[in-house]
Amino acid sequence: MLTIHLAIIFPLLAALFVPFISKKFANIHIGWFILSVPIILFLTLVQFIPSIAMGETYIYSVPWIPTYGIHFNIMLDGLSLIFGLIITGIGILVVLYSIYYLSREEALTHFYIYLLLFMGGMLGVVFTDHLLVLYAFWEVTSLSSFLLIAFWYHRKMSRLGAQKSLLITVSGGVAMLVGFIMVYIMAGTMSLREIIALVSTEPGPSLADHPLFVPAMLLILLGAFTKSAQFPFHIWLPRAMEAPTPVSAYLHSATMVKAGIYLVARLTPIFGGDGLWFWLVSGVGLITLLWGSFTAVRQTDLKALLAYSTVSQLGLIMSLLGIGSVALYFGQGPQSVLYTQATFAALFHLVNHATFKGALFMVVGIVDLGLGTRDVRRLGGLMAFMPVTFTIALIGSFSMAGLPPFNGFLSKEMFFAAVLEAKALSIFSMETWGILFPVLAWTASIFTFVYSMIIVFRTFLGKYKPERLEHEAREAPVGMLISPLVLATLVVALFFFPNVLSQYLLQPAMETIFPVLATENGLIYTIKAWHGIDATLMMTIGVVLVGTLLYKWRTWQGVYRLFPERFSLDRVFDHSLFLIEKGSSKLTRAYMTGFLRDYYVYIFLFFIVVVGGTYLWKGPLPITLLQDSSVEVYEVSLVLVMVAAALAIPFVQSRITAILLNGVLGFAIAFFFVIFRAPDLALTQLVVEMVTTVLFLLCFYYLPEWKKEPAPTRTKVINLIIAGLAGVLFTLIALSVNSGALFESISPYFEKTGELTGNNNIVNAILADFRAFDTMLEVIVLLIAGIGVYTLIKVRAQQKGEADLEN
Amino acid sequence: METLIILLTGFLVSVAVYLLLSRSLVRVIIGTSLLSHAVHLLLLTMGGLKKGGVPIIGEKTLAYTDALPQALILTAIVINFGVTALFLVLAFRTYQETGTEQLDQLRGMADE
Repeated sequence: MLTIHLAIIFPLLAALFVPFISKKFANIHIGWFILSVPIILFLTLVQFIPSIAMGETYIYSVPWIPTYGIHFNIMLDGLSLIFGLIITGIGILVVLYSIYYLSREEALTHFYIYLLLFMGGMLGVVFTDHLLVLYAFWEVTSLSSFLLIAFWYHRKMSRLGAQKSLLITVSGGVAMLVGFIMVYIMAGTMSLREIIALVSTEPGPSLADHPLFVPAMLLILLGAFTKSAQFPFHIWLPRAMEAPTPVSAYLHSATMVKAGIYLVARLTPIFGGDGLWFWLVSGVGLITLLWGSFTAVRQTDLKALLAYSTVSQLGLIMSLLGIGSVALYFGQGPQSVLYTQATFAALFHLVNHATFKGALFMVVGIVDLGLGTRDVRRLGGLMAFMPVTFTIALIGSFSMAGLPPFNGFLSKEMFFAAVLEAKALSIFSMETWGILFPVLAWTASIFTFVYSMIIVFRTFLGKYKPERLEHEAREAPVGMLISPLVLATLVVALFFFPNVLSQYLLQPAMETIFPVLATENGLIYTIKAWHGIDATLMMTIGVVLVGTLLYKWRTWQGVYRLFPERFSLDRVFDHSLFLIEKGSSKLTRAYMTGFLRDYYVYIFLFFIVVVGGTYLWKGPLPITLLQDSSVEVYEVSLVLVMVAAALAIPFVQSRITAILLNGVLGFAIAFFFVIFRAPDLALTQLVVEMVTTVLFLLCFYYLPEWKKEPAPTRTKVINLIIAGLAGVLFTLIALSVNSGALFESISPYFEKTGELTGNNNIVNAILADFRAFDTMLEVIVLLIAGIGVYTLIKVRAQQKGEADLEN
Repeated sequence: METLIILLTGFLVSVAVYLLLSRSLVRVIIGTSLLSHAVHLLLLTMGGLKKGGVPIIGEKTLAYTDALPQALILTAIVINFGVTALFLVLAFRTYQETGTEQLDQLRGMADE
């Protein structure tokens, strides 16, 4: 069955037809056609839910580059199904929303082609089983993200944002590729399923003892962290907000930025249980969580605020995955199950985040499009005008803040529970540092609460300021509200029925991440909204209290003066990029002089240094002169004639003499061809030399008189040295090559040419039979040269003709 | 004999490189021509010189000279001719358009 292969290819194929459809149905918004793609895919994937929930895994294989063992293997299991459903599900809503967001005047074909490209790439990332194929699709998502951020490419900020995101995510991607290759060296296979099976067998070969284990882990994490905008690589995400809002909602909050999360979750069975992995994933996650939420509060642009909030939420999920990986340290016993709850919370929050953040982005898009601004300082009092939008914003923000009755409350509580568990750990020096986990998590949650309140209350409550808006406030069209309404409904529904999601999607995914634990102990989770008055509830209450206080009492925001924009990571990145560009342009200008002689000097110096250096380093090659054939007097005199002619060329005063001397050399070589038993060569050389000389004379008639070389003596000396060294090296190498016979000559084969081709002239047979293709191409080269010569002369004649006409 | 020819080719290469490094376009062209002469001789030498008869079957000889380098050189001669012709016309046109064939003066021209 190839359904899933088709699912990946379908969006890419659909992208091919976009231009034709848009031409054919010019008066219909093309988004309506595109909408069918994610709907079909979503419905296809939904069919798999029951069987996946029963613990089944689908694997299909299609050979791609079989010579290198690269197969387009598809793996559909719990983890990839969650992602697949998010990609296609949010995809439906985003495309629907974009139909109302982007007017028909925009370059819609481009937009939807990029979007479909992304959809295909992202589905490829989560469904493939082969690491190299995963990498290829990973870069497809980076590229389509680049194209979408730069969608309004006439804006400078769009281009810069796109450039930044591409630079950061692609360099991370390349690091990841190297990491994958190291994994291949360790495990001997590129198939994820086989690698996981390899590390899960007990007592299997442990990859952790391999010297490449740590480098591979670091490089792969670099890829995951850059993609998922983890500190300090998060700077590209806020800049990516230059993209149209549907793109921000889709790529930069719900799907693409979760590719790193996917990778970490997917590779947990391989690297999990290692101290470094734990510290990097959870540590970087926590720092990102705190820094993202702290920075979000100071933003005045709603979209930038959401971007930093996405950064922070991604950090939260990442840290949960880190804590969950500890389970593998404790082996496969029942006590490990406790820690897997963190991973479970991560998956749950992943889904929740897609719902509430998607809704919030769409709300901001509505406000931005309707009022012409998304600056919180200019907004306020919109509740009366946009009641539906307000309700959606309220639901989304409160869920993000972790308040009931919304799904964010559940996953936030689980997050608190997980950090408290982590604090109680007594491994990986957690005895000393463990306390940091709940402290950081709690502090970050307060900031999360504050910025969530800013989104709702600054925008929708307070004083309406019509004089600072470009358009009057009014409710958005119904079509635009459908998608965020669906998401808001999900936010509430997931609070009341979380265990449906858990049973059908999250638990199968857990079984993929912890295959052995699942079979031995069974991983059953129930999500409860109320579990008595315990530490997690107290933490939530604390967040609300302190958060409200901080929201009301703003003077603390003077803290931000300690972190001026000027020294932000973003600016540092921009500045270093600027310096690198300037430096490299300076360097290039320094040696690319546009003067042919300089380039020749580089070439010959390189030859002299590399070949001569090797000569000095390795010692000279043996030279024997014993195999030489005899020398006759007339041959010596011919050589002397040639030497004299060649020596004279640079010194002669008249160009005619130079041409004739060149001719002397050519004819002398023809003589040598005769002496060296090469009659064909002699004939050809004679003809060619004759024609060349005539051609030279013809051209020289039009060229200026031969001038004395005007170069200063110093340059001439340098030229002489380079020329001398090149000649000496050439001679030395030729002599050593001539002295040794490394292998048997293949030439005797051609002596059978009489039987093989019926041609008794061996040289002719080689050219016309054995290497006929080569000769044919040679003829083509001559033809091209001929056309070139003809055109060069003819074009001039035409220009002259035109000039005459004008006169 | 081989050593003698190799020494000759080495010398030809030196002169060719010297010409290539000069400022005049015409000298550069003559340099390339010289360089290919040297390479042709070298190729022939690598197959051994005067080691057998003319490589035509039926000649009354015990052994034939290595025919493979000859075939290669034949190709090279013809290609070299094409390249030289194109070069010359290019130089000629450049001179017509710009009024100079000195490379240092050609640098930085508007239509460079």
